[in-house]
Amino acid sequence: MNEQNQRFRSETVANMEGRPSNRPSAARRLRQDQTARRAFSIITLLPVILILLITIGLLIRAWPIISRDSLASTVFGVIWKPEQGSFGFWPFIMGTAWVTIVGVLLSVPACLLVAFYLSEYAHNLTRSVAKPVLDLLAAIPPVVYGVWGLLAIVPFVQGFIAPLSKRWLSSIPIFRVNQPTGFTILTGGIVLAVMIAPLIISVVYEILAAVPNDLRHASLAVGATRWQTIRNVVLPQVLPGIVAAIVLGASRALGETIAVLMVVGNVAKVPTSIFDAAYPLPALIANNYGDMMSIPLYDAALLGAALVLLVVILFFNVLSTLVLQRMLARKWS
Amino acid sequence: MIKKRWARRHLAEAIVKALMMAAFVVVAASLGLILWTVIVRGVPSLTWSMISQTPKGGYYMGKEGGVLNAIIGSLYLAGGGTLLALIFSLPIALYLETYLGDSSWGQYVRLSLDVLWGIPSIVYGAFGFAFMLALGMRASLLAGIIVLALLELPIMVRAMDEVLRLMPVDLEQAAFALGSTKLEVALRVVTRQMLPGIVTAVLLAFGRGIGDAASVLFTAGYTDRIPTSLMRPTASLPLAVFFQLATPYKEVQERGYASALILTIIVLIISLGSRWISGRLNRYTIK
Repeated sequence: MNEQNQRFRSETVANMEGRPSNRPSAARRLRQDQTARRAFSIITLLPVILILLITIGLLIRAWPIISRDSLASTVFGVIWKPEQGSFGFWPFIMGTAWVTIVGVLLSVPACLLVAFYLSEYAHNLTRSVAKPVLDLLAAIPPVVYGVWGLLAIVPFVQGFIAPLSKRWLSSIPIFRVNQPTGFTILTGGIVLAVMIAPLIISVVYEILAAVPNDLRHASLAVGATRWQTIRNVVLPQVLPGIVAAIVLGASRALGETIAVLMVVGNVAKVPTSIFDAAYPLPALIANNYGDMMSIPLYDAALLGAALVLLVVILFFNVLSTLVLQRMLARKWS
Repeated sequence: MIKKRWARRHLAEAIVKALMMAAFVVVAASLGLILWTVIVRGVPSLTWSMISQTPKGGYYMGKEGGVLNAIIGSLYLAGGGTLLALIFSLPIALYLETYLGDSSWGQYVRLSLDVLWGIPSIVYGAFGFAFMLALGMRASLLAGIIVLALLELPIMVRAMDEVLRLMPVDLEQAAFALGSTKLEVALRVVTRQMLPGIVTAVLLAFGRGIGDAASVLFTAGYTDRIPTSLMRPTASLPLAVFFQLATPYKEVQERGYASALILTIIVLIISLGSRWISGRLNRYTIK
């Protein structure tokens, strides 16, 4: 200790006398700080620039098709025949919408129940089990989900759910079985439902954790059950956040490529039933990148499809993120 | 009358609780089901030559070989992408924490990162492809690394940002009181104290990068050889799974399942390993 003190003193003296020492001077340290601040602030522009760059880059590459056919006739066109130069996105947009909606509808009820369970009921032990389970579910690569869908869900839908629906629900158009395979919108929806579950659960759980316990205690103290507390006290506080979490999950589902592509059948037709095959936009892009340089305007059309996807997802994401930021930053008095 | 109401609300409580536990079991069971499916179907064709050899002639018709090219390619891609992303992520995360804090510009940056996180990998792939067309580049390891770095950047920064927010203020203030500049606090105090969280963030991004197929599909290409330079195309495990499943031959499809198992094992090791490492590193932080 004494030795250190001595060294420190002698160094200080050395600095005061202006003798050279291995310690950087204050001026130099401040200069370093300034330089770093400037460099860091420039790097921090990167995310913002990247969003603009992606949007503009895709817009430029997709421009030939938009300027030839107009945006509306590209988006709402129903004929997809690249060899004849007609590029209508509508069947693919509807395919994306169907798969996403089915996935979200299947996922959301279970996710909300799990998030509320973990936040309001579960013991700490259960929570400590749930965390790694959700982390692992989120870590499993899309292609592995696809393999699972192919091996487990396709036969399940084909051999069990479709016959069941044929027997009992065939009078309802959206449950009608029009084709015999298990490669259906429902299959893609089931796979997506599991894929987006960790995201929705963790976002909803985070919002619930931000609700102060005083509110719950007050409700429980006047004799309400836990469910009454959830329904009448907690739920009204978090409703916008839950909607945002669902939208976030939906936008994740919209862009999912490989897993969906492997199980959804890829037939370019506007679907009418959840047992029809569909051809979502991401699958269209992924399946055809090989030929797109050989047919004129094909590359513009595919990058245009990516642009459509991007614009929809940007819109969803910005909205839901703004709501969530506001909810989590809320001050409770 | 009062008694009946009492019974009804407690019945509702019991039903909801049962539903919630059922939902929890379904979610946990689906993880188990996925792992079980991949293991049961993957193990039979998982031989040593799968891991130790590159595809030989006629591999995609059921002849000899393995997917070493894809394993190495994926490690190169994800390793390079993660490294590149880290170079940019750490300054952004530190700048957000030490310089910007909760200021409105900080919130804008966080918003843009969240939005980037939400952009699907197929769009990153398409963007990378459009960019390569503009530059006249071919599909290569380098292009794959760059696109993966873009994909991983928001994941890494946001994960780091979440942990850096937990930085004890006292420690920073103590360092400032001793006359440290913000840069010194960021590099010597914040980075060291928060190392476990930073490592977790890096491994999270690596795991996401190695499993992603849609972005490298356009940019890294596919080849049966192990890449020898940054300008060569490279194979990757997710695409190896995908392409092998797309062949009509049963043996090759079986190998696709085995490749999926290899990928799953790598991802599980990373995910569990990051827990273990951050637990170890936590010993060296100030509590």
